[in-house]
Amino acid sequence: MIRVLLPAHLKTLAGVRGEVEVEVAEPVTSNAIVDALEAAYPALRGTIRDPATGRRRPFVRYFIDEEDHSHEEPDAPLPGDVLSRKVPFIVVGAMAGG
Amino acid sequence: MSGVRVLVGTRKGAFILTADAKRQKWEVAGPHFGGWEMYHLKGSPVDPNRIYASQSSSWFGQLIQRSDDGGVTWTPVGNEFAYDGIPGTHQWYDGTPHPWEFARVWHLEPSLSDPDTVLAGVEDAALFRSNDAGQSWHELSGLREQGSGPSWQPGAGGMCLHTIIVSPSDPQRIVVAISAAGAFRSDDGGVSWKPINKGLHSEGIPDGDAEVGHCVHHVAMHPSRPDVLFMQKHWDVMRSNDAGENWFEISGNLPSDFGFVMDVHAHEPETLYVLPIKSDSEHFPPDGRLRVYRSRSGGNEWEPLTKGLPQENCYVNVLRDAMAVDNLDECGVYFGTTGGQVYASADAGDTWAPIVRDLPPVLSVEVQNLA
Repeated sequence: MIRVLLPAHLKTLAGVRGEVEVEVAEPVTSNAIVDALEAAYPALRGTIRDPATGRRRPFVRYFIDEEDHSHEEPDAPLPGDVLSRKVPFIVVGAMAGG
Repeated sequence: MSGVRVLVGTRKGAFILTADAKRQKWEVAGPHFGGWEMYHLKGSPVDPNRIYASQSSSWFGQLIQRSDDGGVTWTPVGNEFAYDGIPGTHQWYDGTPHPWEFARVWHLEPSLSDPDTVLAGVEDAALFRSNDAGQSWHELSGLREQGSGPSWQPGAGGMCLHTIIVSPSDPQRIVVAISAAGAFRSDDGGVSWKPINKGLHSEGIPDGDAEVGHCVHHVAMHPSRPDVLFMQKHWDVMRSNDAGENWFEISGNLPSDFGFVMDVHAHEPETLYVLPIKSDSEHFPPDGRLRVYRSRSGGNEWEPLTKGLPQENCYVNVLRDAMAVDNLDECGVYFGTTGGQVYASADAGDTWAPIVRDLPPVLSVEVQNLA
């Protein structure tokens, strides 16, 4: 299981509080985690990735253990600390005011 | 006892305002979807408890919410709006080609006969239909592929399809309007389309009388006369008596013929409402006075309606989908402002009072009549 922390608006949409956990087969990648999130919480479909392009939305970022992993290949394996559940995969709404 | 339910979409959530037929005491519910842009909410004429809502944000994209209990609870439904084929390009602000990209749903138009069927007008401009209560969406691509698409361009708010009118007498006839392309009509249920902009004149395009390129802000129709259409254009208030084949100006004595909203009295098809705005760039009421103008003669002669509306220091705007009428015996008229006020008149515009004063900027107002 992978620990995931969602931004407040997506927690509300998914109807969850705090962290969520999703089952993700190895290799654990950002795309695989978002696939698992969308399967577990259908209300999140299209909110993290643009359904037309499949790409991460421009105002969404992925943080792991105080590092920004937003610009890594979405199918690249993520650090082992995510797999070992030491740290969560954090989905962040970019700081853009509004 | 009969009553009304006013559905208000704002920049930061949706609000549902309800009252009995007197329309004096209001209950305010919300915000629903706080923090999200709620471009439009509209109920099914067949089943008023079925309400569709467009929820979007720059961060997390587009969702469609559906309520089956009059807006008490909501369920997210389908949010994939995929253009048919390779959508090609339209004009960007500088006239260069720009790829067609889905941004958001501006307007939802539930079917007059089937609560599971709903049309959606989107940015970049296209028309979609769902036949399964919003679960899946399919483009009526004959509109975008009508031929003039590459010359369409965005208005200040984006290249949006914002108005959808289905004829009550002929469900095959659909009129839509796009900023900035113009009005279009289908007579075969949305398969094929033609521009209906003859008589419109616009500055800001190379040929002011062109077949397309006009920034239409809103179109209104009275259900008893589907062939009579009224239009608030970027500038000019217009009328067509032949389903858009020909338009003529009815701005008459308005203090400004710029504006966004336009509506028709529920029981008097020649009684019209507009709300003049100062432009090109100010986008607030002339002289700081918030005045609805009413014509009882189908246009040209307009009277200001001011009782209960601020007549000094008022600098709000009223956006294109933010006016609606109810169909109670004494027609109610409603509009919402970018200052967060929703005003109501229970006497066809003679007097006004705010239902609420301090909502986020209002994007849309719709009214449902409750049995």
